[in-house]
Amino acid sequence: MAMTIHVDIVSAEGAIHSGLATMVFATAELGEVGIAPRHTAFISRLRPGDVRVQKENGEKDHFYVSGGMIEVQPMAVTILADTAIRAHDLDEAAAMEVKRKAEDALAGHAAEFEYAKAQSELAEAIAQLRAIERMRKMKTS
Amino acid sequence: MAGAKEVRTKIASIKSTQKITKAMQMVAASKMRRAQERMSASKPYAEKMLSVISHLACATPEYRHSFMAVERSRKRVGFIIISSDRGLCGGLNSNLFRKLIAEVKTLHAAGIEPVFCTIGSKALAFFRRFGGKVLGQATHLGDKPHIESLIGTVKVMLDAFEAKEIDALYVASNEFVNTMTQRPVIRQLVPLVPSEQAAMPLHWDYIYEPDAKTVLDSLLTRYIEALVYQGVVENGACEQAARMVAMKSASDNAGELMGELQLIYNKARQAAITQEISEIVGGAAAV
Repeated sequence: MAMTIHVDIVSAEGAIHSGLATMVFATAELGEVGIAPRHTAFISRLRPGDVRVQKENGEKDHFYVSGGMIEVQPMAVTILADTAIRAHDLDEAAAMEVKRKAEDALAGHAAEFEYAKAQSELAEAIAQLRAIERMRKMKTS
Repeated sequence: MAGAKEVRTKIASIKSTQKITKAMQMVAASKMRRAQERMSASKPYAEKMLSVISHLACATPEYRHSFMAVERSRKRVGFIIISSDRGLCGGLNSNLFRKLIAEVKTLHAAGIEPVFCTIGSKALAFFRRFGGKVLGQATHLGDKPHIESLIGTVKVMLDAFEAKEIDALYVASNEFVNTMTQRPVIRQLVPLVPSEQAAMPLHWDYIYEPDAKTVLDSLLTRYIEALVYQGVVENGACEQAARMVAMKSASDNAGELMGELQLIYNKARQAAITQEISEIVGGAAAV
């Protein structure tokens, strides 16, 4: 029987693949790597690209990952796949967007807040009216 | 018959309300199941990551990332607050906010200033009224939240931590205990709480590509993101569970109310008939 290595491909949104393989190929930061069983411990970032898993029966499974990490131990390969396309400036842009939205929202452009505020004011007004009504009833009775 | 007619329209309106709450209950029930699946699907990623990180921390003791550093004295702390986008889910959000307010009060007493980052429109609406410094916000993640939409939120806070604008980062969200119970919790994200781990007996190390620092940096960022994502997914499951329970009790109440109103309606109708008959009899007697 051929030597095998356990492969787990997981992403934050769920497990993608788990099983035995005779060889694993991935695009690491510094070039493509092929991982055979009993590979020495190795860790690297992945570049967007193919991950190929060669199974015992000779079949090959292909997965596309948009980046992530690969961790290799002699008997196991773990691929932590990103689900989003990551790049430093993209992340930066996302952060800026989040900040801008918060500022916008707090400056009072969003309609939802107006709604929430109006609702609480309305509730207050209704409570006041009720109190007045009750007082009137007490006076008349 | 005026009283009876009024009651009848009331019954009809309650009936249509009940139809809506019942539909919402059923929708929430099916959504909850899927949200729970997503919750369990997100677990292996964070677990695998944690095992790699703890091993890395053991293997390269000479490099300490700032997220793993020892506690700095705290002047400002950051909170990421995870709430739902929609209401009608019982006390889910308000319980969380109440816990948060209590926490903020103790911080103020200790002279520590909190800053916030909100996920979900309810949290944002709350801070609009409550006041407080909000650094960033993300809303409308939908039923299937993607980690993509959280990258910015997390980065804003981690950048603030790196720049020493905040000295610790917490995440506040609801914990899914079971369908009936959701518990608000506040967890510390950074500095990373050292997990209890068995000392590694082996003397071996990874081959790093390109080097330990880069690898550890990107791992840690992803780990924090994964934790926040888990919080979001878990909160989603909580939201659906809470909504299901709230809508169930609303439907039950509507049923009770309808029963009572039906009795009143029957009485009013009976009274009207009796009155009519007595009038006819009275009229006949007079003739």
